[in-house]
Amino acid sequence: MLKIHQLNKSYPIGDSSLHVLKGINLNVEEGEMVAIMGSSGSGKSTLLNIIGMLDEADSGEYILDGLPIKNLTEKKAAVYRNKFLGFIFQSFNLINYKNAAENVALPLYYQGIKRKERQEQAMFHLGKVGLADWAKHLPKELSGGQKQRVAIARALAANPKLLLADEPTGALDTKTSHDIMAFIQQLNDEGKTILMVTHEEDIANMCKRIVRLKDGVIMEDVKVTQDRAENYV
Amino acid sequence: MFDLDLWREIFQSINMNRTRSLLSGFTVAFAILLFTILFGIANGLQNTFAEAFVDDANNSITVQSGRTTKANKGLQVGRQIQFKNEDFDYIKEEFEGKVEYITARIYKNFQASFRGEQNVYDIRAVHPDHQFLEKTIMKEGRYINQNDLNSKTKCIVIGRLVEEDLFLKTTALGKYLNLGGIQFKVVGIFTDDGGDNEERKIYMPVTTAQHLYGNNDYIDQINLTYNPEMDYDQALAFSTLLTKKMKNRFSVARSDQRAIRVRNMAEGTKAVSQMTVGLTFIILIIGLGTLIAGIVGVSNIMIFIVKERTKEIGIRKALGASPKSIVSIILIESIFITAIAGYVGLLLGIGVLEIVKPYLVEYFIKDPGVSNSLVVGATLTLIIAGAIAGYLPAKKASEIKPIVALRND
Repeated sequence: MLKIHQLNKSYPIGDSSLHVLKGINLNVEEGEMVAIMGSSGSGKSTLLNIIGMLDEADSGEYILDGLPIKNLTEKKAAVYRNKFLGFIFQSFNLINYKNAAENVALPLYYQGIKRKERQEQAMFHLGKVGLADWAKHLPKELSGGQKQRVAIARALAANPKLLLADEPTGALDTKTSHDIMAFIQQLNDEGKTILMVTHEEDIANMCKRIVRLKDGVIMEDVKVTQDRAENYV
Repeated sequence: MFDLDLWREIFQSINMNRTRSLLSGFTVAFAILLFTILFGIANGLQNTFAEAFVDDANNSITVQSGRTTKANKGLQVGRQIQFKNEDFDYIKEEFEGKVEYITARIYKNFQASFRGEQNVYDIRAVHPDHQFLEKTIMKEGRYINQNDLNSKTKCIVIGRLVEEDLFLKTTALGKYLNLGGIQFKVVGIFTDDGGDNEERKIYMPVTTAQHLYGNNDYIDQINLTYNPEMDYDQALAFSTLLTKKMKNRFSVARSDQRAIRVRNMAEGTKAVSQMTVGLTFIILIIGLGTLIAGIVGVSNIMIFIVKERTKEIGIRKALGASPKSIVSIILIESIFITAIAGYVGLLLGIGVLEIVKPYLVEYFIKDPGVSNSLVVGATLTLIIAGAIAGYLPAKKASEIKPIVALRND
């Protein structure tokens, strides 16, 4: 599903440069649920951004579903992101002047799907996250948990191969976090491949595999027994 | 290609970000409003100016006579110079090709009456060319013609206000007007841009006046226009030569300023046209200044808008928006707002000008207004400026990595 080989990335800081990722090797199979952990500055977000084609590696190989991701034009990157990837962000990143249904429909708009079908699909996915009744509400009228669920519905709308989550529970309280995690686990149960960055142990333990990063190097890569979130709800 | 979905996106963005849209629209509307008003008022000033000086043909020359102030060739001081038909013919023949229109004038003053109504009017006995010299505009009927001159017909052409004064609500054309005891047929009614005074005049054939009042061939004054192809210097040379020849003809001393007076409008015209150029220049500066202020305003707002939307752009890109779609959504929105706002500003400006128009006349501003093409041009300039000002930041925003845009909160 996802193959990363000797990935390097550094950021220029003044005259010198900061080597953030130092030769990362990572394989993720279909249906996996991987937590990428590490303290801040370990390079975990950078790695996720490169996987999400939001950022580009300096060197190394990145193959997504058999497609080498390299030297993409902006246009092609946009198409790939739209087709292969669904994003869930810590700060939700909903468009504040669009209501829930319109936010969910946005990736479909960029796929060129007709308006009526977009609306139907958006409603379907909102229903899946349990927010069908909130379709006409603006993000500011929703709670944090609801916003994240809208964001998940939006990530699912384009039916991506890979779901990328950057601290999906970072801005939520414990109970809501567990709600969201239960939902993400359910998606994984249905077969979605999920990659998430987190620095919370209990959240990481709800995944099936934990990759620990430190100073740009993978320190540990272990499969764990999944801790079901519904036990906490 | 008309993309309904794109427009839906744009309308939603405009509608849901009203403050932003109103703000940018206001700047453009205000710039166009100011532009319209300032330009309109400046045009009004110019209209007044033009009217004040251009009522009579501005290439006209008048030749008048008086008493001599100097003895010359054995003739004594105080001799009255009197023009006759032969002098008129002399100028006409002597300066053929240089003279465009020429007419004699005899001034009379009579009580005019029609049925119960009566009043005193200035009467001018003239040649047919007089119509072009005075820029008389025929409202009804015809002007004096050569036929009238030949057969000394008792016909007159009266001003619009004469008709109003004497004929009240009935039409004067074809009726007979009593002028100092003689009945004249009204063959035409005219209007004149020179004001009320000019429209209270009565014209009759010069030969008729000569025949009826003294049976002589006297002329009070000769008016002519020089060939408009002559430039300023040629015109001056022409009037100098005309003065010299007329003085010779009547044996008047060269230095005598009173006996023969030739007044050339070209001397005034030059100053007037220079002032008009100056005025046009000021108008241009005003217009350009307002426009530049508007452009700066629009540019600022576009930069601000793109900055404000950076995060939204990041989100859209993460969801699969191509750079092109980002640029077009921002640009079309700004162009749309600018165009609508520009139109509103134009309507407001024209409305304001219409409302204040009557109050401005006493400040020498007549018919303030702007040509549509000018305002459309100004709005287009603003739209293009807004598009360019918006394009650069929008392009830049579409190129930044979504991760940078998303981090920006």
